Amino acid sequence: MRFIQEFRSSELAKGLISRIHQKSKTQARFMEFCGGHTVTIFRYGIRQVLPKTLEMLSGPGCPVCVTANVDLDKAIALAQIPDVIITTFGDMLKVPGSHSSLQEVNASGADIRMVYSTMDALNLAEENPTKSVVFIGIGFETTAPIIAASILQAEERRIRNYYILSMHKLCPPVIRAILESGEVKLHGLICPGHVSAIIGSHPWEFIARDYGISCVISGFEPIDVLQCVDMLVAQIESGQSKVEIAYRRGVHPEGNQQALKLMKQVFEPCPAQWRGIGEVPDSSLKLKKEYQHFDAELAFDIDPGPTYEPVGCICGDILRGVKTPLDCSLFGKDCTPQYPIGPCMVSSEGSCSAYYLYGEGFEG
Amino acid sequence: MCLAIPALIKLIEDKEAEAEIGGITRRISLWLTPEAKVGDYVLVHTGYAINILDEEEAKETLRLLLEIAELAEEQS
Repeated sequence: MRFIQEFRSSELAKGLISRIHQKSKTQARFMEFCGGHTVTIFRYGIRQVLPKTLEMLSGPGCPVCVTANVDLDKAIALAQIPDVIITTFGDMLKVPGSHSSLQEVNASGADIRMVYSTMDALNLAEENPTKSVVFIGIGFETTAPIIAASILQAEERRIRNYYILSMHKLCPPVIRAILESGEVKLHGLICPGHVSAIIGSHPWEFIARDYGISCVISGFEPIDVLQCVDMLVAQIESGQSKVEIAYRRGVHPEGNQQALKLMKQVFEPCPAQWRGIGEVPDSSLKLKKEYQHFDAELAFDIDPGPTYEPVGCICGDILRGVKTPLDCSLFGKDCTPQYPIGPCMVSSEGSCSAYYLYGEGFEG
Repeated sequence: MCLAIPALIKLIEDKEAEAEIGGITRRISLWLTPEAKVGDYVLVHTGYAINILDEEEAKETLRLLLEIAELAEEQS
């Protein structure tokens, strides 16, 4: 068992596709919340093998894409403060803020390091005691416990020059906001596998209970996604809406208790701005009082200037599932992965990037 | 962004481990999975093991999916 190739078997795919075609009678619209699922669906051509009864929509599950300009601008302003080293995951570098991007200010002399892990950022802080190392904390519940662990590690190692710019986002509250808006009618939700590895299956139950939407937690291999669609179709055809786990090897109903404990020890919920969605209550995390000396927003005088949104970009509508990249007049012309205007084209998990790389011009 | 990949734990030292990811050995953190043992497969996200993969569940899933595939083959 290697946990990868087994879940890419064409034999298993054929069986699932055949069963989905047999069972699916009712017209239904499914949203894959997570950008990782969007990539799997496009890379393996899953939309093309599903029956015409099923419509697939991409959701807001790309942390880079949903980060609002007001927050991006803070990171870019921080990078321009002397003796600050910014550490970040690679996806963030090219995202345009209101005035610039991290990559652009890097070219003008700001010290920005792409890291694979917070462990690298901690080591960098230890090696550069006269500098301040700020980690740009973006990500969902999958990443937040890791940032929490990095803060506890900094305490343990007495690292005093490590800071966090917390721009974390929480998934269940934003799904509630999207469903409450009534803009998108969904029948099924492909729930994010690695967010659920941390939070478990229970936090999704309100979606099935209050909105009558079938929910299945999926892994990221093509067989995982097909199995998830098969289970959603079974729920739809039997008139059920409940939360099920398809990704049983990676997700326990109770989640990862140790990760949740660390997250609650360090962070508390706060409201957040989401690109295209607006302010969502309790959908972000801020450092608790006893850990505020790690908060970059409190430690530095950040002046991001006024916020502007890119003209003509419809990333916000795409993130809500109201429009697709093909509805955007900039898509593939003014906005490409080489010269992106909106974040959904920058991130490898963004809908625009997936459409451009795997399915340009694809329609149904 | 929430990408996490399976890794096999080879050696544990305190809260860190050496793990094999696709033939490459990497140092990972076990802060979120203190119960992990040598020989376990874990899901690694940005250098941290976020969960231990359940081999029995994986086998059971594959067994069910094989049944579906065999049934589909018979019907076609």
